[in-house]
Amino acid sequence: MYIEKAFVESVERLDEETYLMKVFSPAIACIAKPGQFCNIKVSENDFPLLRRPFSICNVEGDYAFFLFDIHGEGTKILSLKKNGDTVELLGPLGKGFIYDDDYETAVIVAGGLGTAPFPFLIKNISDEKNIICLVGGRSKKQIITYGLKNIAIATDNGSEGFKGTVIDLLKEEVKNISKKKFRIFACGPNAMLKELQKYSIENNFDCQISVECAMACGFGICQGCPVDSANGESYLLVCKDGPVFNANEVKL
Amino acid sequence: MNKVDLSVNIGGLKLKNPVLLASGTVGYGNEIAEFTDLNKLGGIVTKSLSLKPRKGNPPQRIVETPSGMLNAIGLANVGVETFIKEKIPFLKKIDTTLICNIAASSVEEYVECVHILNDEETIKAFEINVSCPNVKEGGLEFGNDLNAVGRITEKVRNVTKKPIIIKLSPNVSRISDFARVVKENGGNAVSAINTLVGTSFDIYTRKPRIKNVTGGLSGPAIKPVALAKVLEIKRNIDIPIIGIGGIMNWKDAVEMMIVGASAFQIGTVNFINPNAGVEILNGLNSFCMENSIKNISDITGSYQI
Repeated sequence: MYIEKAFVESVERLDEETYLMKVFSPAIACIAKPGQFCNIKVSENDFPLLRRPFSICNVEGDYAFFLFDIHGEGTKILSLKKNGDTVELLGPLGKGFIYDDDYETAVIVAGGLGTAPFPFLIKNISDEKNIICLVGGRSKKQIITYGLKNIAIATDNGSEGFKGTVIDLLKEEVKNISKKKFRIFACGPNAMLKELQKYSIENNFDCQISVECAMACGFGICQGCPVDSANGESYLLVCKDGPVFNANEVKL
Repeated sequence: MNKVDLSVNIGGLKLKNPVLLASGTVGYGNEIAEFTDLNKLGGIVTKSLSLKPRKGNPPQRIVETPSGMLNAIGLANVGVETFIKEKIPFLKKIDTTLICNIAASSVEEYVECVHILNDEETIKAFEINVSCPNVKEGGLEFGNDLNAVGRITEKVRNVTKKPIIIKLSPNVSRISDFARVVKENGGNAVSAINTLVGTSFDIYTRKPRIKNVTGGLSGPAIKPVALAKVLEIKRNIDIPIIGIGGIMNWKDAVEMMIVGASAFQIGTVNFINPNAGVEILNGLNSFCMENSIKNISDITGSYQI
């Protein structure tokens, strides 16, 4: 883990709501793993006070990429960054995806900005494995496909692709792949993850979910980001024990 | 100019410098050690310990507010027994002063915790949390009650010879009255202030933004309150004060010492910059050099009013 002052290379607007920031951060880029995140200080003064956690979207050489939308003051500041500006990264943090072992097909399930960790994961999954990406959103506007491949889209209102939730779409897709050994990797809103969790536990699927949570420190000292363990007896921390969990490990 | 003497003495507790990491912002030391050299600091104060482990409050536990944050962690901790078994071995290896923070729901529990931990040589002092705002039985009621604070100080005094620091609540009308009671009952020092009770609501859902409804406000937002409370104690009671509240940099630390703090704790800033303690220490050293201050303790209470 490092605290690294990083120069912004570019902030690209991918669509109406989505931005992609590329920063020069060689120390973090060289050790980051798919599914990990950085806690980013967007300004040099005390406003906003806290860092903001962002999934590491991709890594290319000495550069790290972060995908975001304008959610509040912090992301607004980020969206206005220009080439040569700085941000301060703390990372890489948390436990990422486990993707190297024995399965044939990676089924990626992303809701809205939940696409964020997957370009990096896809790049790292061995060429011998199949990858399919299921992407969902309320409407066409929320569909983010940056860095994905073999994409199938679901929208709640049917404005693009399959009409229904991305989990409905997954249920359809599973019919085609159920004979092959597959693993689900998912990230998105809590409601989506909850539905997926229920479905995958019922069917005994191999499923990893990346959980989002407000946090302060990002490395375990503030205890601000608890998630119930599956047995309900203790809390796990999203920042340290996650953000990627096995679907049967936590109670959302 | 020669080297600055950065050491301080707080009611018999000697620290190599006045920089302490506040309880609840440093865990049990191991996580933050990835980012900073704890050996350089004056000391660390552990996360509040209770007799039995506490799970803590359900999420959402924290929310950012203007120049601050609210937290309602709910004293999540491993309990005294696990602390001794699993956390002390790491803390033993660090060359800094270890202060153990205790939170309890009864006078007996405070006494029991201190009694058990007293034999641990690594622990050099106890900070008694009588002011956690987030757990009903976690001290807020004690922290508001002069008699209770006096009784806890007295009973804990009976079971340890190590320095006792009482962490005071700012959610009272006259904090100096509480400092007086601590002094009268054998406490060695006070730390001030704990967090201020606050809340925040979502205007669309009309729901509180933390599950506990209220939480403890910390960060730069509370610095002026902390300074005023420390000054009030300093001007009324002769007892060493550890200043806490909104310190983000070395200038804030100097200000805290000027109004009366012998040492200070940094808290919220650790979440943003886990190396802040070492940076503040370096800043303090330079400030003393530039201003020909030989002993850092000369700054304490040096206000000109």
